[in-house]
Amino acid sequence: MIHAILSLFLCQLLGEALTRTLNLPLPGPVLGMILMLLALRFIPKLAEIMRPVAQGILGHLSLLFVPAGVGVVGHISQLGGQAIGIMAAIVGSTVLAIAAGAITFAVVAKWTGNMDE
Amino acid sequence: MNDFTEIWAYLSRQPLVWLTATLAAYVIGDTCFRAANRAPIVNPVLISVILLAGLLHLTATPYAEYFQGAQFVHFLLGPATVALAFPLWENLPRLRRAAIPILAALTVGSVTAVATALAIAQVLGVQSMPMISLSVKSATAPVAIGISQSMGGSPTLTAVVVILTGICGAMVATPLLNRLGLTDWRARGFALGVAAHGIGTARAFQVHPTAGAFAGLGMALNAVFTALVAPLVLGLFN
Repeated sequence: MIHAILSLFLCQLLGEALTRTLNLPLPGPVLGMILMLLALRFIPKLAEIMRPVAQGILGHLSLLFVPAGVGVVGHISQLGGQAIGIMAAIVGSTVLAIAAGAITFAVVAKWTGNMDE
Repeated sequence: MNDFTEIWAYLSRQPLVWLTATLAAYVIGDTCFRAANRAPIVNPVLISVILLAGLLHLTATPYAEYFQGAQFVHFLLGPATVALAFPLWENLPRLRRAAIPILAALTVGSVTAVATALAIAQVLGVQSMPMISLSVKSATAPVAIGISQSMGGSPTLTAVVVILTGICGAMVATPLLNRLGLTDWRARGFALGVAAHGIGTARAFQVHPTAGAFAGLGMALNAVFTALVAPLVLGLFN
């Protein structure tokens, strides 16, 4: 387990360092994810080391958003007098974006004969 | 009573109290979610947040003190993002095969998220600052805050809008996609990751492993794509 955690931290650290030095427009952990993907691709042994920790942490991904969520409650007043308009924009556009994205995926997959097994 | 006050005064300075409370609130939220047959409306994040916000209010605890404990959970967001590489690696052949639908759905999903949010807000008379936050709301929080700051937006307001978007996406996705009759887990997960970043991805993992893997990819791709699209679309509305 300690090897898996070390691997996650190393990838994140490298990602953070690279995004800062190269001034990349993406967060360190996202670059860390790409680095981890490359590591998994080229080090066959790594997958079995990573599996239990990755599945454990991703199985409770929701938990990790709780502290930020609690912070939001204290700042909900920031929405101010425009709260209704902002909430309507969030809900409306999220519904439309999920629908549009999923329909596009399904239609294009059908056109290109790319069905899932 | 005096003893209790003293013990409380001591304990509340330790990170352990609020770390324990965060985990306990999540266990309660997750138990409700399971008891409700994983109904999306019973969102575990939302329940935990409401419980903890109520508790902080009752005990007159400032958020900074709460965060002393909660930071240990919050910290894991970074390593968890790196861990998303594992399901991506497991699904690599399927991801490669689906490259064209992925790019198409990314473009349409991301542009729809930005353009419709701004259009609805403008019709309802929302003014400049929140417009900036709304334009980046589907990207993962650090990216969204970074882009909005570079356009002159407020980081706090952006964080609020981003988190609300994630919770909203996690709650509406299942009933919406069922009504649309879409059964492809790749399409369902990917669209949710693009529209509702990490919180949507967390929901996708609760529903199906394939949906989770594709949601993680959608979130990562949209982090980059939003940085390109949001300033362009926002320009059309000013």
